[in-house]
Amino acid sequence: MTLAIVLACAGALLALAAFAVAIGRSAAASRIVYGASMIVAAISLATAAMHLLGGRAPESLTLPVGVPWLGSHFRLDALSAFFLVVVDFGALCASLFALGYGEHETAPGRVLPFYSAFLAGMTLVVIADDAFTFLLSWEFMSLSSWALVMSHHRVPDNVRAGYVYLVMASFGTLSLLLGFGLLAGPDGFYTFEQMRAAHPSAALSALALILALIGAGSKAGIVPLHAWLPLAHPAAPSHVSALMSGVMTKVAVYGFVRIAFELAGAPAWWWSIVVLALGGITAVMGVLYALMQHDLKRLLAYHTVENIGIIFIGLGLALAFKSYGMPFAAALALTAALLHVFNHSLFKSLLFFGAGAVLTATGERDMEHLGGLIHRMPQTAFVFLVGCAAISALPPLNGFVSEWLTFQAMLLSPQLPSWGLKLLVPAVGALLALSAALAAACFVKAYGVTFLGRPRTPAAESAVETDRFSLAAMMLLAAFCLLIGVLPGLFIDALAPVSSALIGAHMPEQTGTQWLAIVPIGASRSSYDGLLVFLFMVIAGTLAAFAIHRLASDRLRRAPAWDCGYPDPNPATQYTATSFAEPIRRVFGTMVFRASEHVEMPPPGDTRPARLTVHITDPIWDAIYLPLAAGIGFAADRLNRLQFLTIRQFLSLVFGALVFLLLVLAVWS
Amino acid sequence: MVLITDLAIQGAQMLLVLFLAPLFTGLVRKVKARLLRRQGPPLIQPYLDLVRLMRKEVVLADSASWLFRVIPYLIFAATWVAASLVPTFRTGLLFSWSADLIAIIALLGSGRFFLALAGLDVGTSFGGIGSSREVMIASLAEPAMIMIVFTLALIAGSTQLSTIAEFMVSPQVGLRVSLGLALVGLVMVAIAENGRVPIDNPATHLELTMVHEAMVLEYSGRHLALIEIAASLKLILYVSLLACLFVPWGIESTGASVPTLAVGILAYLGKLALGAFLLALFETSIAKMRVFRVPEFLGMALMLGLLATLLRFVSGSF
Repeated sequence: MTLAIVLACAGALLALAAFAVAIGRSAAASRIVYGASMIVAAISLATAAMHLLGGRAPESLTLPVGVPWLGSHFRLDALSAFFLVVVDFGALCASLFALGYGEHETAPGRVLPFYSAFLAGMTLVVIADDAFTFLLSWEFMSLSSWALVMSHHRVPDNVRAGYVYLVMASFGTLSLLLGFGLLAGPDGFYTFEQMRAAHPSAALSALALILALIGAGSKAGIVPLHAWLPLAHPAAPSHVSALMSGVMTKVAVYGFVRIAFELAGAPAWWWSIVVLALGGITAVMGVLYALMQHDLKRLLAYHTVENIGIIFIGLGLALAFKSYGMPFAAALALTAALLHVFNHSLFKSLLFFGAGAVLTATGERDMEHLGGLIHRMPQTAFVFLVGCAAISALPPLNGFVSEWLTFQAMLLSPQLPSWGLKLLVPAVGALLALSAALAAACFVKAYGVTFLGRPRTPAAESAVETDRFSLAAMMLLAAFCLLIGVLPGLFIDALAPVSSALIGAHMPEQTGTQWLAIVPIGASRSSYDGLLVFLFMVIAGTLAAFAIHRLASDRLRRAPAWDCGYPDPNPATQYTATSFAEPIRRVFGTMVFRASEHVEMPPPGDTRPARLTVHITDPIWDAIYLPLAAGIGFAADRLNRLQFLTIRQFLSLVFGALVFLLLVLAVWS
Repeated sequence: MVLITDLAIQGAQMLLVLFLAPLFTGLVRKVKARLLRRQGPPLIQPYLDLVRLMRKEVVLADSASWLFRVIPYLIFAATWVAASLVPTFRTGLLFSWSADLIAIIALLGSGRFFLALAGLDVGTSFGGIGSSREVMIASLAEPAMIMIVFTLALIAGSTQLSTIAEFMVSPQVGLRVSLGLALVGLVMVAIAENGRVPIDNPATHLELTMVHEAMVLEYSGRHLALIEIAASLKLILYVSLLACLFVPWGIESTGASVPTLAVGILAYLGKLALGAFLLALFETSIAKMRVFRVPEFLGMALMLGLLATLLRFVSGSF
């Protein structure tokens, strides 16, 4: 019954997409589509949440559509239900936000149909129960999001972003296709039920895992497969950026978890090494890239890369513990990763919404042209600050809880018998700590340059507060950021069925503890109580304010800024995003990005301004993508000659290929 | 009854750090002055300064926002909460389980996050320079600290500061290589985090290498007072942390009788005096670094922490 409701919701979204094509040009279209999407998402969310919280048994359903002998299988288990909650909560907030934000859309006909199709695609991916349905929904999700990236197709950057995205998405799906092909085996066991029951050989499941890591990782944005993400996510309208960054990357994580923990069979010990190493590199590279940006939305997109790295670190730890038969530690690591999945979907959506609100208010994405928005958009500034603090893993907000749990899982890993892991895990721990600290630096920059200081352009000076729908969506997300941070135990308990299903164990029950603290292993080992920390901070702060205002002084006088006696009224004398990142660029960037600065100083008497240019190279783009593209271009040039062969040469080629394949077959069997 | 005693001890701890913090800052200044053969300000000068600042009016820059006015309270709250969770004279405080060592570090990180934002709020170049350098320093100091926490947690089998402190008193600790590395690393991080001499100079204004002072340049009156208290609290927090981890003798674990608590408090005061003396001695005997030497200094702390953690991962006997 539950699954039927979810399927009906996906169907309703598809119907809505078709309907949106019809009404796309009318004035009320965006209100209707976003309103309807919001209602459908709310129904689906309630259903999935009830399934997850009620700890119900998995439900299956087969529809007679799709491949004739296979049909379409759907299944709703704890893992699907959890990711469905992530998808639907994101969809709910994005639709609410878009009720206001969508009014500013110049070409709603290019956004509305694909928007609800995109939501339907993501819903179908997480409930698909056979390889065919999964891949079909996956491609549907990719293509509808591609169409959304291309919605402002007259901007040259967007066209390039769309092209790179399309190539990478096809590549990712190809490796998933091959991975599922391996798991399905020669007999064509395409349903997940059959794959779960089969016991693939170690080599086969290892290959399938690597392919899944490439396929799902390229969608999630694992370094070095992240190249499309910072191009495509910012190019879409902001509520879609939020969905792509906050939710679609999580659907990719779902794909990886489904294959690695369930379909690919028992994990080998070295899987975790690959996942952990990639996770650690992804986390640090993502945040370093983000620090070099001054486009607000691109900065946020790079941060998604970082957070995906953190999630994969958790998943890698869970795989390591699982492969060595340490179920409780594995449950802790998996719960940390999944909680971070939910947390990241919350604060990343919130931040992209904030960036969208700034974009509509000023028409600017470049932080160097913003500043002082806290005076003009106080409410947006407040919720954006909550998002910044949450993503920087500051207590008592939610980002801290999941990173804290990841650290706790890491501290259990000396018990692992493998030497490779013993040496790798501390290094990954250092990378995780480094990325957390750099993330805080990056969000001081993002918030400080965008919202604080003095306005740098007339556009920033004349900004106005955003509409009430957008504000409502952002406040809802901010409230959840605080709620999870203060009462993490409730959310950890909700994840128990997921880890029970995947690992066979779950974290100890958290709701019964004293003062709602979280105690992952044992009280003497570690505990954290967000509620008390929050209460203590509130009490200490109010006490101080009250005491000082009553007993000492509460007088206040406005005056020009002091600035050591040399205040300059020109807003250009403020620190910019580029100058703020200069020390970090010097420390990390010279090594990673070969960052160099060039000062152009006009000779005396020349009145032109001096110019400083910063040159940054993208090591991964240069080392992997450009040679690859050059190689493909070279091969294509050579293969081009095939077009101009004579009929005899064509026939001999066909004959040669036939003989070759027959030989392969003979050698194989 | 037990609960009331525990509450009283927790409250005493909170008030103790709050009221000792300026005294400790004063003591460091006094010892430093004496080492330089100056008379130095009286020990209670920081209290007098605080009272004076609190009674003055706030002069707020025209371009300052509401956040600028809230931040001093936020920083004070985060730092005070963190400082009252570090055991000083007694472990096993009533609320010590509500935040472990990682959470305490993160609370200090919150304080720094908001202070760096305050530096950017008014929109002056001095504030920006301070903030951008502060986050650069933090981006290395925080991971170094986390690695040191990892080492300690792996030695004691807990990230709970009370448990670690109790473990450090017990005879099963022994001399360990990793502990030594962690001690050196922690001292380096503590110096950087508190902006002490080789990294930053707390006594100067208007120097191009200043970090903390540049961020708080636009603050005045009660806001500045709160930030000064928070800075003192942070300093005393790190000294208490070093004391309870590496010189844990005299710290009381569970008892609540007056004589044992008195011993605990006296031992704590002795450790603070020693800490102030060593800090002042260190500061007078070393020159301040150029700002881009700092990454090397902190990179070393990070490497020490990583090495110590690696040793613990490789074998439990290090």
